[in-house]
This record gives sequence, structure tokens and C-alpha cells, in this order.
Amino acid sequence: MNVRIAMKSRRDFLKTAATGALVLGSQSALGLAGRLDPHTESGKSKVVIARDAALHGAGAQLDEKRVLALLDRAIAAYTGLDKPVEAWQRIVPVGKVIGLKTNGLGGKGISTHLALVLAICERLQQAGIKPGEIVVWDRNARDLEACGLTINTDPSRIRCYGSDIAGFEDQPQKFGTANVKLSKILTRECAMVIGLPILKDHGGAGVTFAMKNMYGVVERPQDLHGGGCNPGVADLNCIPVIREKVRFTIGDAMTSVYQGGPGFHPEHLWYPNALVVGEDRVALDYTAWQMIERKRAEVGMPTLEAAGHPPRYIATAADQNHRLGVNDPQHIHHMEI
Amino acid sequence: MNFYSNWKWAIAAIVIITAATGIGCKKKASDAFPATGAVAGWEKTSETRVFAANDLWKYIDGDAEQYISAGVVSTSTSDYKYQGQLEATVDVHTMKDAAGARKILETGTSDAKPIQLGDAGMQYAQSIIFRKGSSLVRIVAYESTPDAPQALLALAHAVEAKL
Repeated sequence: MNVRIAMKSRRDFLKTAATGALVLGSQSALGLAGRLDPHTESGKSKVVIARDAALHGAGAQLDEKRVLALLDRAIAAYTGLDKPVEAWQRIVPVGKVIGLKTNGLGGKGISTHLALVLAICERLQQAGIKPGEIVVWDRNARDLEACGLTINTDPSRIRCYGSDIAGFEDQPQKFGTANVKLSKILTRECAMVIGLPILKDHGGAGVTFAMKNMYGVVERPQDLHGGGCNPGVADLNCIPVIREKVRFTIGDAMTSVYQGGPGFHPEHLWYPNALVVGEDRVALDYTAWQMIERKRAEVGMPTLEAAGHPPRYIATAADQNHRLGVNDPQHIHHMEI
Repeated sequence: MNFYSNWKWAIAAIVIITAATGIGCKKKASDAFPATGAVAGWEKTSETRVFAANDLWKYIDGDAEQYISAGVVSTSTSDYKYQGQLEATVDVHTMKDAAGARKILETGTSDAKPIQLGDAGMQYAQSIIFRKGSSLVRIVAYESTPDAPQALLALAHAVEAKL
């Protein structure tokens, strides 16, 4: 597996992509439902929080060798299948293009960890996904490089590039307040996207995790920041192609910032040493919110509500107009392992 | 008549002097970045990038709002490396006025150590933030090393001297 390769020019990439766009577009048959059950027998949304207290060793260095094992535990708990290959075959459709949407907005220090991306790529390939069917992507090269990734558009290998290379659709998509041009990587390349957000406090939205990560798939995310990103986050996630394709989240909560986010604020850095996995994006964000609140309480900081930036979009996403998932803890089954 | 003529000349002179001190002598924020070797051990590892307020989201999407509401005019940024190991980023935010710079600085937390730098400054283990006039500077290291605080302080002093 190699995601490090020299970058082609945008023109070269577009030339290559032009012939494949229609074929790839046809792969976007929406609806991979039924491959996994996002609910427990009691009908609750499943959210797995897998932890490894030894993940960050001395000097706060991530022990990268432990990440694959942590990922395997998380996926096994979620799927109920101990063999990683079998578990991954339940999650992803073989023969389709799988996107891994990272989050490198915060820059070095608070971006999706490279070790997690590599671990997922390894398991995807073992599950039968060809290297060229994996696209690691984000807004732009800078964000990807913040994760430690290197741009590659060679279709015979794992690809890694941003919407700055692929471009955005000319025709905007609309839901509620969201009127956005979507990345062609989402609309044309990927049949399914796995979100790989990193857990952070957010000065506007309150918390950024599964749903807020979708701000990185549109051309002008700043247009959705009003009102503490409410209802922007919920509206954006209701756009059909996002709702249908972004079906699974492996949240990076190995490192986090509990204040000052979404940028890198080392004075508020913390190591939850966890992966948070699930399909219900609202339940995932509710879980992420509670993790941030617990940490803030532990260090004597006010709640996000008291600090003036509660994540109101989570309740909005669960309301009757959006129905993106559940935010009621009574309806979320947290599996802490 | 001479009285009025002299007044006209005096006002003209004041306007010219004010313009010269306010515009001609004002340093650009993008010039505030020490070159490689200007501070012992520090290497400037990237070009300086400048973002106008309207484009700030391209650099710090999500964080941009707090700077815009405090009156940011532009933000300049560059990466540095100390002794080939410790990576850091210097951000210089040019605000509309000193009040804007003060507003951002005051959002810092109580665990910061006040430092004598510019008009006011604070230091954490891996970062320094200070203001000078309408400039707000934030320097962040991406690792915690024993020599990081001292190295960051040296770099901060060099930036402050260029503002």
C-alpha cells in the first residue's frame, strides 16, 4: 500500500478523469442499506467507542503500531464479526470506489491521523477493494498534507487528492439554508464515503465531528457558518448525495482539542485515545459532544452552552424536518470497549 | 491674508507628515517574518501566505468568524522549523485597531503565563500569543519539547521587532 506518489498537474488529472467520470458516476447507485444494521435488536442506534489507554506513550507520541488493533476492535464490536476481512466486507461494497473523507482543516497536530488512514486502507484492500478504488480526499492538498498524506492521482494506486484538483459541480444542490456546489469526488468518484473526522471543539458550531466534516465537501463552507452552523450542518447533511453516500464514520478521537477549535490549540490538546464508530451521524455527534463536555468539566471549563457555542445543530439534525438520526441518549446504544 | 495662507501651509504640512508616518512608515504584516538564520536555530520553511478577511476561511475555516468579528483586515502566515526538528507556524493578524487585537488575546485561558512582549502577551508550553498595536501574533509549535518555550520566545521577539 502506498499513498505517497508524485502529484500530477490538475490538467493531467482532469484528462484522465474525463474518460472515467461517466463510468464512475454510474457507480453512485445510492443506497448501500442492508449491508449493515445501524441498530441493535432493541432498535437503538449503535455507537462504538473503542479505547486504548496506551495509544499515546511518553512525550505524547502516538504509538502507530497500536492503531490497526484498535480499529479492528472497533469494527469487530460494531459488526459483531471478529475477522476483520469479513467485517469490512459487510461495511463496504466490493468493486465500488470507496472514499475516505479526512479532516485536515485544523492543520498539523489536529488532523485525522495518517496511521488511521493507512490502517483502513490496509483492511479495505484485504476485503477486496483494489488500491485504485480507494480515494483519500479532503478540501485541498494543504489539508491532506496536514494529515501526513501526499497527493497522488495515479489511478492504479490509492488516490489522494482534494477538491482543489477534482473541482466542484456547476449545479448547486439545495436543502433548507444549504445551497452548495459539491465536490466532484463525492458526486462522481465515490460510491460510498467513510467519514474520518477528528473530534474537536468548534468556536462556532460547538463540536465538529461526523456531520460537520461535510463542510469539507462543498465549495464555499463559509456560507454555512451563520447561527452557530445551525441549521447549516443539518441542512447540508440532508442533501441526498451526502445523506446516501456518506454512510459510515470512523471518528478519530485519538487526539482532540476541547477548547479553541477547530484550529490547533496545543494548550487545549487532549488524548481521548479512542475511535468512535457508527452509521447514525446524529448519534455519533451527540456522543462526540458528550465527550467534549466531560473533558471540559474535568478541567473546570464551562459547558459549551455556558461558553456561548452549544452544538444546536445536533438536535436540528434529529428533528422532523431532517430525520438524520437520533440525539436522544435513550435511543443510542453506546458500546464502550 | 498672510495669516490664512500660513494656516493653509501648516495644515498641508500636518496632513503630509501624518500620511508619511501613518502610511509610508507603516510596516506590512507580511514583512514581519524573520528570514532563515535571523533567529538562532530557526529556518523559515514556507512562503508567506496572505489572506484578506474575506478569504480567511480558506486558511482557518471555522476559526475565521472570531477574527472577522474582532475586525481582522488580513492574516499572514508562514511555517518555521527549529534546529531541523521542531515545526511551528507564525500567524500575524492585522486588525482594524488595537481593540480588535486585545479582544482576541483576552480569549486566552488563565493557565497562560503573561510575558513581556509587544503591548501584552501570553505563553503556553507550545504557543505564544501577543499583540502590538493593531497586530495580533500567534506562534504555535507542533510538538512539546524541553527547548520549545525558549525557542518560541526568541522567535516571537524577532517578529515583535519587525512589527
